[in-house]
Amino acid sequence: MTSDSSFAPLPDIVGGHTLSMFVNNEPGVLMRICQVFARRAYNLDSVVVSRGRDPQFSRLTLGISGDPAGLEQIIKQCNKLIDVIHCFEHDESESVTRELALVKILINPGDQGEVLQILEHFGAKTVDLGTASVIAMIHGDSNKVDAAIHLLSKFDIVETVRTGKVVMARGEATT
Amino acid sequence: MSTTKLDGAQALIKTLNDLGIEYIFGYSGGAALPIFDALETVSGNIKFILSRHEQGACHMADGYARATGKPAVVLVTSGPGAGNTITGIMTAQMDSIPMIIITGQQVTWMLGKDAFQEADTFGITMPVVKHNFLVRETNSLPRIAKEAYHIATTGRPGPVLIDVPKDISQSEFTGDLDPDIDLPGYHPETAFEINAEAVTRAAEIISYAKKPVILGGHGVMIARADAELMELATTLNCPVTTTLLGKGIFPETHKFSLGMLGMHGTAYANKAIVECDLIINVGSRFDDRIIGQADKFGALAKIIHIDIDPSEMNKMIHPDVEIVGDAKAALRALNKQIKPLETSSWLATLEGYKKKFPLAYRKQGGLRMQQVLDELYQLTGGKAVVATDVGQHQMWAAQFYKVNASYNWLSSGGAGTMGFGFPAAIGAQFARPDDTVVAVVGDGGYQMTLCELATAALHKLPVKILVLNNHYLGMVRQWQEMFFDNRESGVNLEGNPDFVKLAEAYGIVGFNIKRPADVGKVLQKALDYNDGPCVINAECIKTENVFPMIPAGAALEDMLVEPPKHKMAKPIGST
Repeated sequence: MTSDSSFAPLPDIVGGHTLSMFVNNEPGVLMRICQVFARRAYNLDSVVVSRGRDPQFSRLTLGISGDPAGLEQIIKQCNKLIDVIHCFEHDESESVTRELALVKILINPGDQGEVLQILEHFGAKTVDLGTASVIAMIHGDSNKVDAAIHLLSKFDIVETVRTGKVVMARGEATT
Repeated sequence: MSTTKLDGAQALIKTLNDLGIEYIFGYSGGAALPIFDALETVSGNIKFILSRHEQGACHMADGYARATGKPAVVLVTSGPGAGNTITGIMTAQMDSIPMIIITGQQVTWMLGKDAFQEADTFGITMPVVKHNFLVRETNSLPRIAKEAYHIATTGRPGPVLIDVPKDISQSEFTGDLDPDIDLPGYHPETAFEINAEAVTRAAEIISYAKKPVILGGHGVMIARADAELMELATTLNCPVTTTLLGKGIFPETHKFSLGMLGMHGTAYANKAIVECDLIINVGSRFDDRIIGQADKFGALAKIIHIDIDPSEMNKMIHPDVEIVGDAKAALRALNKQIKPLETSSWLATLEGYKKKFPLAYRKQGGLRMQQVLDELYQLTGGKAVVATDVGQHQMWAAQFYKVNASYNWLSSGGAGTMGFGFPAAIGAQFARPDDTVVAVVGDGGYQMTLCELATAALHKLPVKILVLNNHYLGMVRQWQEMFFDNRESGVNLEGNPDFVKLAEAYGIVGFNIKRPADVGKVLQKALDYNDGPCVINAECIKTENVFPMIPAGAALEDMLVEPPKHKMAKPIGST
């Protein structure tokens, strides 16, 4: 069985670029956006899509790694799409980003205490606890999630599922 | 609201008619049956033209748009019908041509089930359109048609596709026939708000220039800013070069005109770009065919870039001043702030280059395409609408057929689509029945879409089809000669039909030109013939090469004005 524990935490989410988009809630919109990135060989590290408060629109947060010089073009290309209301890049200092991860760890009876202690330190929650496994829910900025997973990786992590980051501009600025 | 019952297809055709659509070019088929039926049942001014292939229908609509600035509609069926439009749509998208494509589609409940003639047209066409729609509600058809028209014709124009499932088109329509459009993410009106600060900075940079050049592109034509461009050039005493698609925005017979620049542009236009201290780019996207090696383009020059599309800024070239907006609005603002420049010595230098490196050809040793095009230009006084195909003949036509007005030069630039010229000429002739329209094609591209001879013959269109026939894919052969040790591969068109006899099979008159001395006489006969289309087959030298030439990716200063005497390295640029 392949387990996630053999992989280092995803480093490219850290320090990557975060774009937020406000788009029409229509079939095919995500495809149009993905084509802009794929045509220029940019990789999407994370994609979070959800319906907006007005269901006519959707919110997208994209985590991207790639050449910052090309990113200006990509943002303009995205803004050019008829279905995109706006697309912004958000600087870390002027925005709040959060991510949530579920981590499934197989534990020996003797390790349970230490696992729970690490989770408590990160303000994580135990959402499923069995005799031989635990599912932890970690949330925070991506660095914090990375750090928690890193500390837990001495145990047998069998699966991690991350939501990808969501972003919101600080203060009165528009996301 | 309508008093008589309509179906979706009728509501769609009625909306297109109300939008002022004059022509629909297309090809029928099962999934489009309700829409084709509506063409018969809805009264209006729309004329339907049956092409012989869907690609031809697209190029006809494209030619119509390039000759008028107005969009036409393409109507085809699902699956292969839609698939055959891809090249035509891509051609329009690359050159910012307005077009509305309506494709029939399988019924909605069969979508995604590999039903007969089902294809994911919405998905397949997404990368080659400005926007597309898959219609899911019959009552939304008028709104979507209006939105498609609005998107296709405003901002930077482009093709918009509407995929209409058959159940949607044949269901009863109970909605509003004149609804408001709803495009919250599309604001072409902002193109008319010109950044005053950028204009002031541009005017200041201009005031220091001693060796300025204006580079005009298709954006000037789309914005109908020819007069403003003329004012800019004449106020500044500034020479003007244009892109392939910009031919006509500034009279090429004007003393300030340098003709076309770029890969096969004039030596003097390219030398002007190399030596100038200011480039004012109005409505060109700095295409790779004109800039060559990007970091050496206009290396001594300040660059002002005026473009309606913000995503063209900094894409190829980093300008000193960006003015995002409509070319006419931007030039009006700029023209208010500029003062005449002293450029007499610069103009004299360029005049010297025009004398030293003229566009020239020999009349001895066989018939050359250049001569045919030169004489065509002389005989028509440069007033014909010229639609070209793609290749050597296209570049020679750009060099020798001088164009003095917008909408008279139709050529596939960005996509470089072979097979474009003849159907585009058909579209242009429908649009402008009283003008002389000449399709200038090579023997390669012509054979890709010559099934449209039936369309031209049926409608007795007086289009002149000038086949510059060298029995080769000449441009590719030229590259093989220059860069691949003259190893010919996949370029010999042996087996060409007799184009005159082929024309006769369609009831079309044909002429042959075989000797340099016959060119004027035969062309005149063809130009005088007005009882339907005619084909002029000019048997040209097989192995002539186009010069000047800048190998792809090379700097403009590395231009070859004549055949190289040494073996060339393979070009580093794209194609």
